[in-house]
Amino acid sequence: MPSPVAPPDASVEGTDAGAVGDRPDSAVVRDALGVGIAVGLSGFAFGVTSAGSGLTVLQTCALSLLVFTGASQFALVGALAGGGNPFTAAAGAFFLGVRNAFYGLRLSQLLALPRAVRPFAAHWVIDETTAVSLAQRGRRGARIGFTVTGLSLYVLWNLTTLLGAVGAEAIGDTDAWGLDAAGPAVFLALLAPMVRTARERAVAAVAVLLGLGLLPVLPAGVPVLVAGLAVPIVLYGAGLRAQRTTRGNDR
Amino acid sequence: MNVWIAIAVTAVSCYAVKLAGLLVPVGALERPLVKRMAALLPVALLAALTAQQAFADGRTLVLDAKAVGLAAAAVALLLRVPFLVVIAAAVVVTAGVRALTG
Repeated sequence: MPSPVAPPDASVEGTDAGAVGDRPDSAVVRDALGVGIAVGLSGFAFGVTSAGSGLTVLQTCALSLLVFTGASQFALVGALAGGGNPFTAAAGAFFLGVRNAFYGLRLSQLLALPRAVRPFAAHWVIDETTAVSLAQRGRRGARIGFTVTGLSLYVLWNLTTLLGAVGAEAIGDTDAWGLDAAGPAVFLALLAPMVRTARERAVAAVAVLLGLGLLPVLPAGVPVLVAGLAVPIVLYGAGLRAQRTTRGNDR
Repeated sequence: MNVWIAIAVTAVSCYAVKLAGLLVPVGALERPLVKRMAALLPVALLAALTAQQAFADGRTLVLDAKAVGLAAAAVALLLRVPFLVVIAAAVVVTAGVRALTG
């Protein structure tokens, strides 16, 4: 049984302060729906952005149906709007999507899915389903969290993508409505319960420095991947400190 | 046509990496270092994504109304309000700051 990344009380609604054992199913469903609905609604921002970037309604909906990983979708339409060739644009989106493989590594152990189910579950392996699953304690909670988050998010994300794409012209300037702030706020809300220990904070801080510092010099999508190096950097630093402490005690 | 090529390549490659993560044998995760790194990786990637989406416009770093909106989201998170309220706070504050600063 793997220990969850997020601390036990990492429910996104801030309920459940340190109860022992599995949380009630209803609490898991509530948290999962909270994430699924909030993030699902932000598909509206994607639909608007994508249609505003010159993609057709059909192309926009195909992205949400078939790619279904928000950051990659935003990256792709941004790159296409910037006049990038299709393969460069897809490479940026792919690099952003690579993190889902690492989420899958965690989830495969946590959810213990039968092999036949994995090809179907794979489509839902994204930031939000991972965060909700990891925030639960037992396998049952993690499975419920994954399924409810995945289903509600997939349905709503695609519905609101369609609405956003169709309504893009009617809305006009989406930035004026502050809709571009939804993305970072979603990521921050997912991140918050994961950074409790000094080591987690250090990883987050180094990742922010790498992600922002390398943004102007590396191709789109690559800085996020390089920011993953924050993990070995911090672990290496912690190892050095531990060595020094041991040596100090020996003296 | 180019757009459809980009969509197809993205859809296939993004699905492939999702599936790859689920299909890697569990034994590959048994080493403590791999476990620790896999546990911390989402922290690093989510932190970098948050920062980039808040403080970058394409490949240029910017400090604008979105930063104020993100600060509002952070305050909302500290107050432990529901998820949807956190997002709404960021959107409303960002829109408000833009409206005020023109």
